[in-house]
Amino acid sequence: MDKKIKVLIAKPGLDGHDRGAKVVSRALRDAGMEVIYTGIRQTPEQIVATAVQEDVDSIGLSCLSGAHNKLFPKVVNLLKEKGAGEVLVFGGGIIPDEDIQGLKDAGISEIFLPGASTEDTIAFIKENVK
Amino acid sequence: MEDLVDGLLSGKVRSLAKAITVVENDRPGKRELLKRIYPKTGNSYLLGITGPPGAGKSTLTDKVIANLRKQGKTVGVIAVDPSSPFSGGAILGDRIRMQQHALDDGVFIRSMATRNHLGGLAKNTVDVIHLLDASGKDVIIVETVGVGQDEVDIVRIAQTTVVVMVPGLGDSVQIAKAGVMEIADVFAVNKADREGADKLFSEIRAMLDMVKGDFKPEIFRTVAVDDVGIDELVQGIFAHGDRVLTSGLVKEKLAQKAESELRAYLVDNIMERSTGLTLYDDVVKRIAAKEITPMDGVEELFTGLGMTKGEN
Repeated sequence: MDKKIKVLIAKPGLDGHDRGAKVVSRALRDAGMEVIYTGIRQTPEQIVATAVQEDVDSIGLSCLSGAHNKLFPKVVNLLKEKGAGEVLVFGGGIIPDEDIQGLKDAGISEIFLPGASTEDTIAFIKENVK
Repeated sequence: MEDLVDGLLSGKVRSLAKAITVVENDRPGKRELLKRIYPKTGNSYLLGITGPPGAGKSTLTDKVIANLRKQGKTVGVIAVDPSSPFSGGAILGDRIRMQQHALDDGVFIRSMATRNHLGGLAKNTVDVIHLLDASGKDVIIVETVGVGQDEVDIVRIAQTTVVVMVPGLGDSVQIAKAGVMEIADVFAVNKADREGADKLFSEIRAMLDMVKGDFKPEIFRTVAVDDVGIDELVQGIFAHGDRVLTSGLVKEKLAQKAESELRAYLVDNIMERSTGLTLYDDVVKRIAAKEITPMDGVEELFTGLGMTKGEN
C-alpha cells in the first residue's frame, strides 16, 4: 500500500483569519493527502498533543497575528520534548522577510509567504516527509 | 515492536499513536502487534455515534466526552471522515469540535479517513478499536462518517449505537425507511431548539411504537452546542448497555462482532491472494470477452487457489 501523507494544519495564536489555512488544507487534500484541520486559536500545546495522537508526518502552521516568532519555535520545541522531533514543520502567513532565517534556525523547515503557490507547498511536503 | 506493545499497554500516548499508524496502513508487523494485544482487549465500552452530515455528531461527541470525563472515565475516540473518491485525500475536521480535550491525558482522539471503504467506517477501524481497548480506555466512541440511509456497519461493532437526527431533513416516510433508522439503540434528536424538533420526536416515537420486544430505543432531545440534554443521553446510553448485559444478549453481540471481523479479513485475504495471480488476470479477460460468467470465474479462481467447494 502506498504511504498516505498525513498533515496537521493548525492556527496558533489569536487571529481568526483562516482562509489561507483552509485553502492549503483543500489543496493538500486534492494532492491525495489526509489533512487534519483543528480550527483557529490553538495553543502550541494543543497543536503538539494533536500531532502526537494523530501521528502526523507534517505540521503546517498559519499565523497572521505577528506572533510567529514566539509560537512557531514553541511548537518545534514541544515536539522535540514529546519525542516527535522528526515531524516536518512548515509555516505560512504574514511573516516579514527578516524573520524567516530566524524561524528556519529554530527548526521550521520552510516559510510560505502570501502569493506562494499551493503546488510549491505540496512539492515541498512530498520531498521532505520521510 | 516490543517497545510499541509495552508502551501501548502501559498507556504511552506516542506508542499508541504509532501502533495505530501500523494498523491503519497495514504495515509490516501488524499481525504480530494485534496478536500481542488481542488478549488484553474486551474491557472497553464501545459506543457508536452515527447520523447524517451536519447533524451535530462531532459536537455531541465532544459533550459526551466531557460528561464521561466528569465521571472519571477515560475515553478513546475514533472520528471517521470521508476520503475523496478522486484524489484519495481527505479533510479530517471532526476534531475541531473536540479540541477542548486536546490536553487531557484521559482522552485520546484519532481521525481516520474512510479510504473509500463503504459502510460508514474506515477500513481498519475495528483494529484501531482493539488498540484503544488494550491501552485501557474505559469508553471508546466511534463517530462514523455522515451517513445516508445504508451505512450501518457501526451496529455490528458497538455495544450501543446512538443515531443522531435533526429536524428538517424529511417527512415521516424517511423515518419509516429501513437502514440507519433501524440500527439505533438510542436516538438523539439534536438541535432540539429548532423548528420541527417536536414533530421529528413524535414521528420517531410513532415509528418505535411498531417495534416489538424489550429493546425499544429511547429518544432524547439534545442541543449539543449548549450542552443541553447530555446528562440524560449518557444515562440512556449506559441504561441500554445494562439492559443488554442483563438480557444475556451480550454473547450474541460478541459473536456477531467476531464474525463481522472474520468476514472482513476473509474477503481481504482472498482478494490479496487472488490479485497477484496470472490466473486472476486471465479470468478477468475471459469474463470481459464473455467466455465465462463472473460466477464461474470465482470457481476457477478457487480451484486455482486449491480451495474446493464443500458440500452444502
